[in-house]
Amino acid sequence: MTTATSRATTTGAVGTAHSRVEGRDKVTGAARYAGEIPFAGLAHGRLVLSTVARGRIVSVESGPVLDMPGVLAVLHHGNAPRLETGYVGMLGVPPDPTAAVFQDDRVPHAGWPVALVVAETSEQAREAAEALTVTYEREPHDIAFSAGRSDARPADGHMPASTEKGDLDAELAASAHVVDEEYVTPEEHHAMMEPHAATALWDGGRLEVVDSNQGTTWVADELVRMFSLDASAVRVRSDHVGGGFGSKGLRAHQVSAVMAATELRRPVRVVLTRRQMFSLTGYRSPTAQRVRLGAGPDGRLRALDHRSLNQTSTVWEFVEPAAGVGRTLYDAPAHRTENQVVRLNVPSPTWMRAPGEAPGSFAMEAALDELAERCGVDPIELRLRNEPELGPVSGLPFAGRNLAACFREGARRFGWASRDPRPGVRREGHLLLGTGTAAASFPAGAMPSTAAVTAEADGTFTVRISAADIGTGARTALALVAADALRVPAGRVRVHIGDSDFGPAMIAGGSMGTRSWAWAVTAAAGELRDRLVPGGTVPPEGITVRSDTTAAVGALAQKERHSYGAQFAEVAVDVATGEVRVRRMLGIFAAGRIVNPLTARSQLIGGMTWGISMALHEEAVRDSASGDLYGGDLASYHVASHADVPAVEADWVDDHDPDDPVGIKGIGEVGIVGAAAAVANAVWHATGVRHRRLPIRPDRVLEAGGPRV
Amino acid sequence: MREFDYRRADDVTGAVALLGADPDARYLGGGTNLVDLMKTGVERPARLVDVRSLPLDRIEPAADGGLRIGATVTNSDLAAHPVVRERYPALTQAVLAGASGQLRNMATVGGNLLQRTRCGYFADVTKPCNKRAPGSGCPAVGGEHRNHAVLGASEHCVAVHPSDMGVALTAFDATVAYETTDGPGELPLADFYLPVGDTPHRETALPPGALITYVTLPPARLAARSRYRKVRERASYAFAIGSVAAALEVSDGVVCDARLAFGAVASRPWRARLAERVLTGAPATAEYFAAAADAELAAARPLPGNGYKVTLLRNLVVAVLSELAEEATR
Repeated sequence: MTTATSRATTTGAVGTAHSRVEGRDKVTGAARYAGEIPFAGLAHGRLVLSTVARGRIVSVESGPVLDMPGVLAVLHHGNAPRLETGYVGMLGVPPDPTAAVFQDDRVPHAGWPVALVVAETSEQAREAAEALTVTYEREPHDIAFSAGRSDARPADGHMPASTEKGDLDAELAASAHVVDEEYVTPEEHHAMMEPHAATALWDGGRLEVVDSNQGTTWVADELVRMFSLDASAVRVRSDHVGGGFGSKGLRAHQVSAVMAATELRRPVRVVLTRRQMFSLTGYRSPTAQRVRLGAGPDGRLRALDHRSLNQTSTVWEFVEPAAGVGRTLYDAPAHRTENQVVRLNVPSPTWMRAPGEAPGSFAMEAALDELAERCGVDPIELRLRNEPELGPVSGLPFAGRNLAACFREGARRFGWASRDPRPGVRREGHLLLGTGTAAASFPAGAMPSTAAVTAEADGTFTVRISAADIGTGARTALALVAADALRVPAGRVRVHIGDSDFGPAMIAGGSMGTRSWAWAVTAAAGELRDRLVPGGTVPPEGITVRSDTTAAVGALAQKERHSYGAQFAEVAVDVATGEVRVRRMLGIFAAGRIVNPLTARSQLIGGMTWGISMALHEEAVRDSASGDLYGGDLASYHVASHADVPAVEADWVDDHDPDDPVGIKGIGEVGIVGAAAAVANAVWHATGVRHRRLPIRPDRVLEAGGPRV
Repeated sequence: MREFDYRRADDVTGAVALLGADPDARYLGGGTNLVDLMKTGVERPARLVDVRSLPLDRIEPAADGGLRIGATVTNSDLAAHPVVRERYPALTQAVLAGASGQLRNMATVGGNLLQRTRCGYFADVTKPCNKRAPGSGCPAVGGEHRNHAVLGASEHCVAVHPSDMGVALTAFDATVAYETTDGPGELPLADFYLPVGDTPHRETALPPGALITYVTLPPARLAARSRYRKVRERASYAFAIGSVAAALEVSDGVVCDARLAFGAVASRPWRARLAERVLTGAPATAEYFAAAADAELAAARPLPGNGYKVTLLRNLVVAVLSELAEEATR
C-alpha cells in the first residue's frame, strides 16, 4: 500500500463533477479536428481501393488520370517508396500491412489500398481517384467464416491461446446440469463519428503529421520505424479526436500522406471516406464460440470449457480473445479455454472496445443464464456462488474484486428481488416483457508514461503529456488529477495533450489511458509541489518537473487486477413483428476511483449503449460473391439510434485500487462487457426463446417463434 | 468532383423547359437522396434544375372534397398539416416514421415518390446492378436480400421501394399530376410505378422530362380512421423491413370497406387489392384479417433469406386491422 492515496484526496477536485474543459469549443465548432485544420499549399490525397477480394494488380493506368485537372501524383506499388515493416511496435505487434501501403502487387482482400491520387483540391482528387483504372488478375477468394473450419488454429495474440486444468470430461459427466451451446457474434465496426484524417508535411527537416489518433507517440514511433527516420525527426499531433474505440492507430491514411508529402514537398492531407473506413481501419471479427458448463445441483461450477474462433486477414493476425473472459471471472475444477483464428480474404480486424470481453461475455454470461435456468437458481445467486478466491488460471490474488457488491447494489436498485424467474409470462398489450442480468469485468492496468508539469510565473500550472482525449474527457480528468496533486484549484491548471514532442506515454486504449497518465502527472506534480518554496518566486520560464513511471509501474505486484460490473436490462418484445426494445438498463460498476463522475457516467452509459447496439443492431454483412462488405455505410450498418436507447443508468460502488497513486482502475471498456448478454437474457425471460446469435434482429425473433400474445 | 450545371426555376413552365428532354438532367427537390447518390457516383447528372422555389408548396382542399398537395411541400409540413392529421392520419404516421426530423424538413413530396431503392448493391458503384447499370446483373438474388422484395419482383431485380409516405398515398388512391413541355398529365399512383420485368432501371410511367406538380388525394371517409405501422431493425432512422397502411370501416361487426397497402415488399408501394376484396363483407375478426393477408401474400415469392417478410406482413395486417376494428366498435 502506498501513502499516495490519502494525499490525492486533499483538495477534492478528483471525484467531483466537472464539465469538459474543451466542451464549449466543441459545441461551438471552435475545436478543430484533423481534417479541417488549414495549411498553406495543402494538396489532397484520395485512396483507391481494390474491387477484387484476392488477386494481383496487373496495371495502374496513371496516365489519363495525371492529365485530369489539378492532379499532382498517383502513388502505387510501382512507384511508392519501400517501407520497413519487419519490426515490433510499441504495442508489441508488427505493423498491419494494410497500413504499409503500396509495397507489392498482391491484393489480399476487397477494399485493399492500391493507389493514392493527389490533387490540388479534394474534389479533383476524388474525381481522379474514381476515374483511375486498375486492372487485376483475379483469384478465388474465401471469406466463409464459420465454426468447425478445418484450417482454424489456436493463436496467442495478447494472451496464451489455451489454458487447461482438470479433467473436463470427468467433471462434465459428473455434473448434475450441463449447458453445451454455440454462440455467434457478427463482424462489428467501430463506427466512430470522426473519420480518420491526417495531414503530413515536412518543416525544417522534421516530418509533422496532424492526425486524429489514440496515441501520438505510438503513431510517431510507427512512422519513425516504417520510414526509417530519426526518432527526433517526427512529430505527430492530435488535438481533438471524434472517437477511436481501438481503430485510430497507424493506418493507410497517415502512411500514404507521408509518402505524398515527401514526394511532392508540400503538405498533403488524406481523409478516409466512411466506406473506406469499413475495410481500412480494423473492426471486431465475428466469433463462433462454444461454451460447455457443468455444475452440481447447487449451481457450483464443476466444468468450464470456452472455445472461440475469430477470423483474421491473410496478412496480419489479430486474435479476438473471447475465450479469455472465463480465465479470471469463473473457476471450476476442470477449466479449459482456447482462442482460435482462421485466415480469410477479409480486412484485418483489430482492437475494438473490450476486445475479447465484449463477444466473450455475451457467450459466457448467456450460458450462465441458461445454467441458472437449468439449476433453478437465481442468475445473480448463481454468480455469487461461483465467486473465486484466486485467479482461476493464474492462481494470483485479486487486487479488489467487487463484483458481488455490484450485483447486490444493482439488484436492489433494479428491483430484482420481485422478479418471477419463469419465462414468457409477463404481458403488456401485445408485448412480452422480461429482465436479464450479466456480469462484467475488464482488466485494469497501467503502462509507463512520461509527463511534465510546469509551475508558471503567474501562479498557474501547465501539464504536458502525450495523452489522447478520444472523447472520454481525458483532458479534464488530468486537470483534476494535477490539481489535487498540486493542491491547487483545478482552474489554475491547463493541460496540453496530443503531441508526441511531450514524450512517450500510454495510448488511449486498454482502459489504461487515464490511469497511466494520471500516475505520471501525479508523480511530476507531487515532486513539483515539493520543490516550490512557499512564498518563493517562480522564474519567468517557470519551473518544470518531468516524470517517468516506467520503474514504478514495473514494480507493481503481480495480481488479478480488474474492473467489475453488474448489468441489468428490461426488454419488451413484440413477437408478431419481432421487434425487441430495451426499456431500461442499469449498470453498477466497481471500477476504481472515479476521477470525474460527469464524464465517467457518460463513458459507462456509452459502453452500455454499445451493448444495446451489439445485442440488437450491429452487424456488418459480407457479400459472398464479391467478398466485399454489403452496405458499407451508416445507413446500412445500424448502430443504436436515440430512440433505441431508453433510460440507461450507470453508477458505481466504492472501489479503490490501493496500488495506484490516485486509486484509479479504468472505465473505458467495462461498460459494454456483459451488456449484450443482459439484453439477450432479458429476451429469453420475455419470450422463453434463447437467441445465441447476435444481433437479435426482428427476422430472427419472428422465425424463432415464441408465445403469442 | 464532376462539374454540373445548376439552374433554379421560378415557375413550373420554366422548370420543365430548363430540364428539356435531357436524360442527364435531374430535378432537385430537397436533395436528401439525389445529393447522396451524386456523392457516391450512382447519379452523375450534367444538370440540376432546382424546383424548391416553385409555387408548389401548398396543401389545399380539392374541389371534390379531397386534398391537393404541392410537390415541393416538405415531409414535415405534410405530416403536420391539420387536415392531413384529421382526415388521413395514416399519411401523417407514415411520413413521421421515415428518416429524421432534419431530413423531413428538407425532403419533398415529389422527391419522396421518386427516391431510389436503398439496395446495397444499387448504392455501391463497384457492384453489378441492373437498376443502375442495365444488363450488369442482380447480385441480390443470390446474395444479400434480407430486405428485398417478396412480391412483384423478377430475376432481374428484387429491390424494394423505400418510401413510407408512398404506402399511405397508395392506400388512399392518390393521383400524381405532372407537367411536361407538351402540357400537363395525370397518373393514378397505382399506375405510377412500372412493373420490374426485365427493365428495372425504368421505374415510373412519367414521360421523359416530366415534373411532378401535385399529389391529389380523393375524399375517403374511412381514411379518417387509418393507421400506418412500420417495422424496422432499429427504433428510428431506418428503412422499413415491412409496413402496412390500413383503413377500415366496420358496421355491425362486418367490414364494409377497407384500404390496405404494404411497404418494403416490392419495387413499389403495394396495394393489397386481393386482401381488400376478401375483407369487404367479411366479419371483422382476426381470422378473416389473416385470411385476407393470406390471399394477398399467396403471390409472394420469397428468396431464401427473406421469407420472414411473409410472416411479418401477415402478422402486421392482423395486428393493424384488429386495432382498427376495435376502435371502430368503441
